[in-house]
Amino acid sequence: MNLKFVLSEVSTGLRKNLSMVVSVILVTFVSLTFVGTAGLLQMQINTMKNYWYDKAQVAIYLCTNTSPDTVCPQGEASPDVQKTIMAKLDGATLKPFIKKYYFENHQQAYQTFQQQFKGNVVAKYVQPAQLNETFWVSLKDPNQSAVITESFSGVTGVEQVKDQRTYLDQIFNILNIASLAAVGIAVLMLFSATLLVSTTIRLSAVMRRREIGIMRLVGASNFYIRLPFVIEGIVAGLIGSALAGGAVFAIVQYFVQGYLVNQLPLTSFVGLGDAAAILPLLIGAGVVLTALASNNAIRRYLRV
Amino acid sequence: MISISNVTKSYPSAPRAALDGISLEIEKGEFVFLVGASGSGKSSLMRLILREDVPNGGEIFVLGQNLVGIPNRRVPMFRRQLGVVFQDFRLLPNKTAAQNVAFSLEVIGKSAGFIAEAVPDVLRRVGLEHKANSLPSELSGGEQQRIALARAIVNNPAILLADEPTGNLDPKTSEEIMALLERINLAGTTVVMATHDRGIVDRLKKRVVELKDGVIVRDEKGAGYGVQR
Repeated sequence: MNLKFVLSEVSTGLRKNLSMVVSVILVTFVSLTFVGTAGLLQMQINTMKNYWYDKAQVAIYLCTNTSPDTVCPQGEASPDVQKTIMAKLDGATLKPFIKKYYFENHQQAYQTFQQQFKGNVVAKYVQPAQLNETFWVSLKDPNQSAVITESFSGVTGVEQVKDQRTYLDQIFNILNIASLAAVGIAVLMLFSATLLVSTTIRLSAVMRRREIGIMRLVGASNFYIRLPFVIEGIVAGLIGSALAGGAVFAIVQYFVQGYLVNQLPLTSFVGLGDAAAILPLLIGAGVVLTALASNNAIRRYLRV
Repeated sequence: MISISNVTKSYPSAPRAALDGISLEIEKGEFVFLVGASGSGKSSLMRLILREDVPNGGEIFVLGQNLVGIPNRRVPMFRRQLGVVFQDFRLLPNKTAAQNVAFSLEVIGKSAGFIAEAVPDVLRRVGLEHKANSLPSELSGGEQQRIALARAIVNNPAILLADEPTGNLDPKTSEEIMALLERINLAGTTVVMATHDRGIVDRLKKRVVELKDGVIVRDEKGAGYGVQR
């Protein structure tokens, strides 16, 4: 194996085909950046799930005078309702599932509301009596919220039982859709990247058809003839995926850690470690993809 | 050395078979002219011997290798035992004479040391050691063909295939090329040369195989170009 010869062939190919090679690099770069972003989004979703699911509670809202008649025909829940619920929560059936619970009366709910909607016009008009008295229940395993929901739904004086995770799931669904969209775009772009690689390699082969013709005549092995083209593809893919890796790091460093963290201080975000975990994936995908595409292209172009 | 029996070759685009059941034996060390009009099947036959094509029927054995059954991956190894020259020389324009010869050795993985010895040696054999660093554009047609010949024989092939090697050359230069081919032949290489050059064939008095419409119509030793049919 004459490495020097192969490498000089590669560099000739890359130089003569520069504009196509640059386009391959750019398409690989952009598509793998989408792949990397999708990966980051998934990691972010998992981080947030771990963080928020732990904190999520099940709320048992008691009836108020303003509750709809269909669920609360008797109006404001009586103190007896509170006692029944407390007894049930402390009972042998439910106790093993519950980490802790607390009761929030009208006045406390009003204060919380005033804090959350500070500056909002709504805060001026709302009355303590309009806000539900609520049992906030933290579960040992947040996945078992159905136990609480089933025990208290339809109980007299209970307006609604709501697992907070259903709110979170909506957010996660949106994030999931976003990451799916990123993957979709990435797949399209990777497809065009492979087509571009094929075209580039063919052009490169056409430009070197005299050399290839002679190589075939004097009995150069197929491997030897294809190798410079495959390396050409790999070099382009490697540069593209390295750029994509850089972009993913930059997104984490400057957008997530530099901006989002300050905007949403209570949320935990993906860090550079997560980006580092994605990097080998991106480079692997870029190299394997371009190598396969160029090998495929040159194989179809060059039959013995 | 080359054993062809009952070989047929037709191309989808052509109504008539390019080769129609031909049989031919060529022994080691022979010098054979393939003659015949354009389209008589000379080039098709050369392509089959080089295993650039596979026949539709019949058998071809070259250097003990069955060219109908040989797997694709073995073809390169087979071709290393053959040398080929063409009417249009097929030199790489951006490489010097020496680099052109060296290229054919580099791509089959010969060592730099071997190449450094073999290239000047073969350039001396074709009488062009003083043009080693010239580009093809700086060489005459005859010199270019001699470089092409040097490239074809540098790996000491058992068989040299020459497809109209004098087709682009004037008579005097053609004579030089023929003298070189005869020397290569005398050194033990079997030479198969397709040609239209009546003067050369008549003068050299070698074995002549004449093709017409894909059929061998004459196979004669010590013969001339023959009457134009």
